[in-house]
Amino acid sequence: MSEQPIISFQSVRKDFGPVRAVNDVSFDILTGEFFSLLGPSGCGKTTLLRMVAGFEAPTGGEIYLDGQPLSAIPPHQRPVNMVFQSYAIFPHLNVSQNIAFGLRKSGLSKQELDSKINEMLEMIKLPGFGSRGADELSGGQRQRVALARALIKRPKVLLLDEPLGALDKKLREQMQIELRALQQQVGITFVFVTHDQEEALTLSDRIAVMSKGDVLEIASPTELYESPRTQFVADFIGTMNFFKGSVRSVTDATTEVEAESLGTILAGAGGNGLSAGSEVMVAIRPEKLELCFESPQVPENTVEGRMGPSAYLGDRSHLYVLISGREEPVSVALQNLDRSSQGSRHTDQPVWLSWSKDSVVLLPVE
Amino acid sequence: MSAGVSRRFDGFALYAIAYLIFIYLPVLFLPLFSFNDSIYIAFPLKGFTLEWYGKMVNNPGLIDALWNSVQIASGCAVLSTILGTLAAKSVTRYRLPGRGPLIGFIMIPLVIPSIIIGIALLILMSLGGIELSLFTIGLGHMLFCVPFSMLVMISRMEGFDKSMEEAAQDLGENAWGTFWRVTFPLVVPGVVASLLLTFTISFDEFVLAFFLSGTDVTLPVFIWSQLRFPNRLPAVLALGACILMASFVLVTFAEWFRRRGVQLKTSSGV
Repeated sequence: MSEQPIISFQSVRKDFGPVRAVNDVSFDILTGEFFSLLGPSGCGKTTLLRMVAGFEAPTGGEIYLDGQPLSAIPPHQRPVNMVFQSYAIFPHLNVSQNIAFGLRKSGLSKQELDSKINEMLEMIKLPGFGSRGADELSGGQRQRVALARALIKRPKVLLLDEPLGALDKKLREQMQIELRALQQQVGITFVFVTHDQEEALTLSDRIAVMSKGDVLEIASPTELYESPRTQFVADFIGTMNFFKGSVRSVTDATTEVEAESLGTILAGAGGNGLSAGSEVMVAIRPEKLELCFESPQVPENTVEGRMGPSAYLGDRSHLYVLISGREEPVSVALQNLDRSSQGSRHTDQPVWLSWSKDSVVLLPVE
Repeated sequence: MSAGVSRRFDGFALYAIAYLIFIYLPVLFLPLFSFNDSIYIAFPLKGFTLEWYGKMVNNPGLIDALWNSVQIASGCAVLSTILGTLAAKSVTRYRLPGRGPLIGFIMIPLVIPSIIIGIALLILMSLGGIELSLFTIGLGHMLFCVPFSMLVMISRMEGFDKSMEEAAQDLGENAWGTFWRVTFPLVVPGVVASLLLTFTISFDEFVLAFFLSGTDVTLPVFIWSQLRFPNRLPAVLALGACILMASFVLVTFAEWFRRRGVQLKTSSGV
């Protein structure tokens, strides 16, 4: 991966009649990276992808590919290829013909074509499937054929529109691993559209979180999860406990915050221009909270509560702790390290939550 | 429970049988009397003969009329299917302004009585000084055949995933290449169904053909002219039996092809 941008969106806007699908976005996608566009449905991520492919024209702004403005180039001449959500495998052609579809004008001989197709079938782990009909393939196999059909053109960028959405959970997880390996193997920039935050976290080098046509934040999976910069991103990715608060004092290493129902708590260095009196949103991830059945020794960053409902998920449990003065229970995630740990917890039992100051995220109030 | 079902079934079965008899019994008289050894259409049947079929084949006027009809019907089928396919593609694939009214206007000839259209076209032709010929008949038939073809093709075009066409473009085909390599192969069942349907419509049509024919007549018009001569009636019966058979085969084939298309679509769905 280099720092060279391969795609550059500059003030790109898209209106469908009165509806604004993409709202003046500007950002770069770097050469060779696995880039995800993540957001709830209707956030404009697919529209953005379709504008790169050329199926929609921007209402305003310009998209550059390798420094070239794209708007003048029709879809069939753009050096990008797409894997469609429905895969769009041609039903009247067999697997080989589907894969070789884009090579009609390549001028390759029959032997060269055959060896290229076989190479592709090898790569997608479907050797010998060339003469199969499109309707003889399972969902996962269709997905691989769609990948091979796009990659055989050696595009500068591969666009993927929720390609794993139609697969069941096990297969999806397997395909995620394969997709990531494939991307590293071919070294082509992948732009991946998804609404599944876990999928985006697993696959991506960088993720752009979108909402209502805007790009809210672009960062690596770790940054997005551990240090989100907006409340929407913090909430959309994973689970988050939010508490309203106001800053009491700021020192080099510590920010003291008066938080709703938590009392005075300590957070790490706030940065981003916080000063005494600033309104903030205190955010703590469920797995960063420690659950104790006795009052902890250290008085800082603890709160007393009662056990609420819990959900057993096998490897972990989601517990809800009720704190006085707060309607919404606090979500706590626990690893089930012990086979008998379930039995030791009872509803309404008094419990204490504690957390380290570094696990507190301070967000601007929206 | 089962008694109730079977009683209901009896009532409906009776109705269905009566209905089928009403439709098909008169039609079956055609082949029946075409083999009857008498010029009078009356029971009891006299005996078996193929004489009327022989007369039919040896009637040059009839053969000319048949040939005229085949020419018009073929031309109409091909032209209206081309126009219908293009029209269906434009209304299903592009955001056309006034799409609804446009489709409505194209479909209107289907609900206007053909005698009105016949008179209107006749007036138009005489005003324009256009001599009546097979060409004018064909022109009239196109009015019906294009909307029928369009209906068939619209349902076919809407029946497959539009991202197929986008995929073809994405893989380097321009609009022309996309149409021939993807769209056309996927709508072929619709094209065949449309060809057969429009051929049959044009071949059977009487009113427009009657108004718009000059010296050359189509088969239905010729048959009508023969009805005035009782001794020629059995040959017309023989011809009627042949047309009935041919229509039956054509429509069955068209329907079979259409269903095959539907099955292909559902089995290849994602």
